[in-house]
Amino acid sequence: MNTAPKQTILRISKLKKFFAIRNAWKRRIGWLKAVDDISLEVYRGEILGIVGESGCGKSTLGKTLMGIHKSNGGEVVFEDRPLVNLTRQESRQLSRQLQYSYQDPGASLDPRWKIRRSLHEPLVIHSGLDYQERDERVKSILDAVGLPQGHLELYPHEISGGQQRRVGLARILTLHPSLIILDEPTSGLDVSVQATILSLFLDLKKQFDLTYMFISHDLSVIRMLCDRVAVMYLGKIVELGETETIFNHPRHPYTQSLLAAIPVIGGKRITDNFWLEGEPPNPSALPSGCRFRTRCPNALAICAESDPPLRSDWPHQQVACTLAE
Amino acid sequence: MTSDLLNVSDLRVSFATDTGIARVLDKVNFSIQRGEIVGLVGESGCGKTTLARAILGILPVNSARIDGGRIQFQSENLLEMPSERLSKEVRGRTITFIPQDPFSSFNPVFTIGSQITDLMRWKSPLRNTHSLTQGSPWWSLRRYEKQRFKADRARVLELLRAVQLPEPEAILRKYPHEISGGQRQRLMIAQALLPEPQLIIADEPTTALDVTIQAQILKLLRQLAHDRDIAVLFTTHDLGTTYEICDRITVMYAGQEMESATTSDFFNRPSHPYTQKLLESLPRDKERLQGIPGDIPTLISPPTGCRFHPRCDRADKTCADTRPAAKSIWTNHTVRCHHPNTHQELNRKLIN
Repeated sequence: MNTAPKQTILRISKLKKFFAIRNAWKRRIGWLKAVDDISLEVYRGEILGIVGESGCGKSTLGKTLMGIHKSNGGEVVFEDRPLVNLTRQESRQLSRQLQYSYQDPGASLDPRWKIRRSLHEPLVIHSGLDYQERDERVKSILDAVGLPQGHLELYPHEISGGQQRRVGLARILTLHPSLIILDEPTSGLDVSVQATILSLFLDLKKQFDLTYMFISHDLSVIRMLCDRVAVMYLGKIVELGETETIFNHPRHPYTQSLLAAIPVIGGKRITDNFWLEGEPPNPSALPSGCRFRTRCPNALAICAESDPPLRSDWPHQQVACTLAE
Repeated sequence: MTSDLLNVSDLRVSFATDTGIARVLDKVNFSIQRGEIVGLVGESGCGKTTLARAILGILPVNSARIDGGRIQFQSENLLEMPSERLSKEVRGRTITFIPQDPFSSFNPVFTIGSQITDLMRWKSPLRNTHSLTQGSPWWSLRRYEKQRFKADRARVLELLRAVQLPEPEAILRKYPHEISGGQRQRLMIAQALLPEPQLIIADEPTTALDVTIQAQILKLLRQLAHDRDIAVLFTTHDLGTTYEICDRITVMYAGQEMESATTSDFFNRPSHPYTQKLLESLPRDKERLQGIPGDIPTLISPPTGCRFHPRCDRADKTCADTRPAAKSIWTNHTVRCHHPNTHQELNRKLIN
């Protein structure tokens, strides 16, 4: 980790995103709290991992930041500018610097467009460059993501999944963003392809001075890649801190069980000593107090009373558990 | 090798596609002992699901063709067995299947209970033993005998408890969409165990699940299989899960099996260059991270000889000409490579 003072690039405070649950008559019968009161800071040049199981709200968090979902409260400050109630023009300006990479880039490429046109599109929208200049920029980016020039003339279905991801990345990078939200960037890839894509991320980060928010459910990837990690459970951050600290001394029982669940080759078999039972409760009917208490082995009566906030009683680590020590 | 529960030898399967004939399995040899959990790993498109389906005899009839080989199961060749006998006595009875996606295997308009009872009607271990149903025409099965119904239901409930489903009676009354993915997968395991099989084929049973649920399911499957002495063929692309559950691992690449070893040998002394590269691409260390250069070959015009040779740094002319025969380099450790590492070399590497 660098010793220079950390510069905040993105500050999220008390961000909320609730989805209305409606009955057959479209009357609202409740809220699904996908992102509930999340506060977080992203520092320039780091890779922040957001990890959690499916349905914990990690993708919703990313999409709310991008403005794909409208937030129900809270504040987001990106590069010292608030990200709420922007006019169209302002948000277009900002979206050049804040980019979102979808889970499946193959699906976000137009099947009837050649790769060249897909790569030109963001530049057409966001920059006033003419065709020649755009094409130069596209070619240099294509080089950076390790694709041959010939791929410009191909259609999306003609290239493999790993290459589609590279095209997706190239498309984002043409605008020279400063922060990229990567939503499950390696899901569905084989390990050998995943390895090349991950090392590409690291190369590009150096080359373009990028900051990543890396949303994933794969803890081994997060551990290898990220500087800091936020662990989410049912819309809340339960533990936040530096990767090494969290992976070596997880303090929240949920993080502990999550870490116990990843197979470590050469280590103990988890099938011999995994202890967490049950499944996450229904997110539309959350238990009172701490959300994890229904599955937590150490839960006491006090856990049902109030939802514990993130406590920063430890260096490099914040934990939302009343009983953690 | 007569002690094998299942022995696949020189199996060749091809698929007719729009662009030509894809040779999906190329002389695959593979075996499972009684009560053993064998992992079949490989990247997508390497033919592991095709192998699993070939064993079950459920390859798509229109496009797939078995070009040769044997699938020996308990001293009988499944490929020569009449299809009626296969479906009556083997598929769903002595060999059962756990699919990747448990949701699409349930009918959404019937309750879980009625679907499991229906399964018991056809595949119950009590079936041919009972005097009333023996030799009776199919329609008499409708008058499902009361006693057998009770015995079957008790057995279903007992199994649902064995797979640790909460409130088994209530679950039987529910519809598939009312229970979670993890519970559905537990139900699939229970269904696979119902006919008291010798072999369970599990095709990527945990890929759709979260890690904590995956850990629970793996723990359960391993425990149940070992307790009941059932062999499991576990196909997956995730090396971590094979480490957790398997006794032995076979790795496949582009329709050919490359290496087969016990779990500890596989991870500590990988001998085949493909296995070594695969293990190196696991996300463990930022500095050492490297993938395998090149792409998976198309199976329509696969490379000659060893199909890995275009991406292999040990490849020479012999690799392109002939496919290496299986070499046994240690007990339970066979490699199909012209230039494998020997155990002495690997041990030396391990010590350094």
